[in-house]
Amino acid sequence: MKSRTKERLVWTVISILVLVYALFPVASILATSFKEPSDLTSGKFLPTNWSSVNYQEILVGDAQELFLSSLWNSIGISLIATFIAVVLATLCAYAIARLDFPGKKLILTTALAVSIFPVISIVTPLFNLWRNIGLYDTWPGLIIPYLSLTLPISIWTLAAFFRQIPWELEQAAQVDGATTWQAFRKAIVPLAAPGVFTTAIIAFFIAWNDFVYGISLTSTEAARPVPAALAFFTGASQFEAPVGAISAAAIIVTIPIVLLVLLFQRQIVSGLTQGAVKG
Amino acid sequence: MASITLNHLVKQYGDGFPAVNDVSIDIADGEFIILVGPSGCGKSTLLRMIVGLEDITSGDLLIDGQRVNEKAPRDRNLAMVFQNYALYPHLTVFENIAFPLRLGKGKHSEEDIRRLVTDAARTLELTDHLERKPGNLSGGQRQRVAMGRAIVRQADAFLFDEPLSNLDAKLRGQMRSEISQMQRRLGVTSVYVTHDQTEAMTLGDRVAVLKKGVLQQIASPRELYEQPVNLFVAGFIGSPSMNFVPATVSGNVLKTAVGDIEVDSRKAAAIEGKRLVLVGVRPEFFEDASLVDEAKLPHGSTFTAELTHTEWLGNEQYGYINFDPDPEVRSLLDGLARDMDADELRPQIVVTLDAASRIRGGRPAELWLDTRKLHLFDPETGENLTRDAAAGAALTEEANAARAEEIADARGRDRANV
Repeated sequence: MKSRTKERLVWTVISILVLVYALFPVASILATSFKEPSDLTSGKFLPTNWSSVNYQEILVGDAQELFLSSLWNSIGISLIATFIAVVLATLCAYAIARLDFPGKKLILTTALAVSIFPVISIVTPLFNLWRNIGLYDTWPGLIIPYLSLTLPISIWTLAAFFRQIPWELEQAAQVDGATTWQAFRKAIVPLAAPGVFTTAIIAFFIAWNDFVYGISLTSTEAARPVPAALAFFTGASQFEAPVGAISAAAIIVTIPIVLLVLLFQRQIVSGLTQGAVKG
Repeated sequence: MASITLNHLVKQYGDGFPAVNDVSIDIADGEFIILVGPSGCGKSTLLRMIVGLEDITSGDLLIDGQRVNEKAPRDRNLAMVFQNYALYPHLTVFENIAFPLRLGKGKHSEEDIRRLVTDAARTLELTDHLERKPGNLSGGQRQRVAMGRAIVRQADAFLFDEPLSNLDAKLRGQMRSEISQMQRRLGVTSVYVTHDQTEAMTLGDRVAVLKKGVLQQIASPRELYEQPVNLFVAGFIGSPSMNFVPATVSGNVLKTAVGDIEVDSRKAAAIEGKRLVLVGVRPEFFEDASLVDEAKLPHGSTFTAELTHTEWLGNEQYGYINFDPDPEVRSLLDGLARDMDADELRPQIVVTLDAASRIRGGRPAELWLDTRKLHLFDPETGENLTRDAAAGAALTEEANAARAEEIADARGRDRANV
């Protein structure tokens, strides 16, 4: 009994330490986002006066155009990149999990190689290439490189997940009187859905969080995503740091992610443990 | 209800390996057939060929006289119970059982489905669990759901692929008797794959023993046990398995490690001209000589041997005798062991003794061996030289008659209940 209480105490302390380590920056940004510009250098953690001036600036004020257009870009580009990645990765992972074909290993290793390839080293050639073929500062110009980030991890996660599905179910359905398509739709799809869903969320995060491609391959509001746009915020005057506005924007950008995780945390956890870990 | 005919079925994989090689079996309407053999013998492949999940390389598969080689699984109207049950984890028990009915769109009204499923659930004692998900059920319940899915279909035949191998021993016994009773009650043709010989012996009307894709023998359990066709069947059926004792022949006397055995004239004629034979002795042919009836003694031979140890099980006990075979026989025994999935066949004789026997290991003991039921095998071909085909056929005939009677009885009872 005693050692059990002690063990629990140790775990609690460790959990608190980790939580503080992970959440302190977020709390700091949250606090900063409510500070008035004059308050920024006060050295205090909490704002002296809680004000929404920073939020007003990015949502309805001077920075509105910069922020809202980039928010729209981010949402659009990330969703499209996620969608394409998940569709392609599903087909690919299905083949990898189900079929035995030459080059199966090669596909998986290539995917792995692509995902560990440093982004920064291909950004310069890509910049030149995109300018020559007219993809620079367009949505497709970002979606394509994002696919190179999201596809490999999607393929790996989904392949691992699909391997867990007992394919006997498909055969059982066929014996039960289903056509191949019915067997796939009624027995396999419901089981594969959580995995596909988890993969989609992970892919979305990756695309949403990218900075290097976002800042290098765009130049205007036409395609610039939020993480890049934040770097272009300026203060009200040139002597004023835009820290408050950036913090406010960072909080707004984080909200969808937090919401997604909170809403689907059970699916994400079960998806991750079923697919990635066990596979 | 249907009969199934396998006509020279062959399954060859891409690399030319024949998983099933020229298997022909006639399965009568309402018969319970067991396919048994060590792993890799092709029994599951054969079952999957019948249900249509594996292509047939050559040969014909007939259901009720109709060739169905090219038919898709769904057009064969067979129901299958898979080894790991293959329940749909996202559906409730009710929907799992209703699944096959829902697939035939418009064929069954909602009311029909509800009635059929609740009927099946009642038979299988699943009524209380209809709204639960398979994940929350115990192994035995899952097994029953899988069976429910087969029952509602009113399929022509049931196919079972090692359905009990995931259950613990106690539950297995219980489910075994449930399957057997259900099969009799429904009178449905069944093919059942297993590697467990207890299941094979207790469930089957006839048991087909396969080895490396080749059908060795198909007969009633009793015939397999008493009149095995070759070494493999003899060694595979029975637990503890049959002892194979090498013997040199001189006239009608066999010189073995456990003493000289005299055989009758019929057996002597069968082994005439052979120098070396393998004597097949079931453990229960032995007995503690001091416990054998005076009247029985002359039917066998008494010999002295030293048991290495004994195992007392309450109702009986096992004793073990080691012997040293010559190298030629040794390699033969090793080969046989490999065929049967064991690493090596120890040159050891297992004897079953009465529980009251006071024989202990490490001391010489007087044992008696009933020599009437011995089988003598050709060491090269493995063929049983002393098999009495007529007696064997009579045993299988008996089993067939018993089956017909049981089915009639079960149907009679059903009618009485209605």
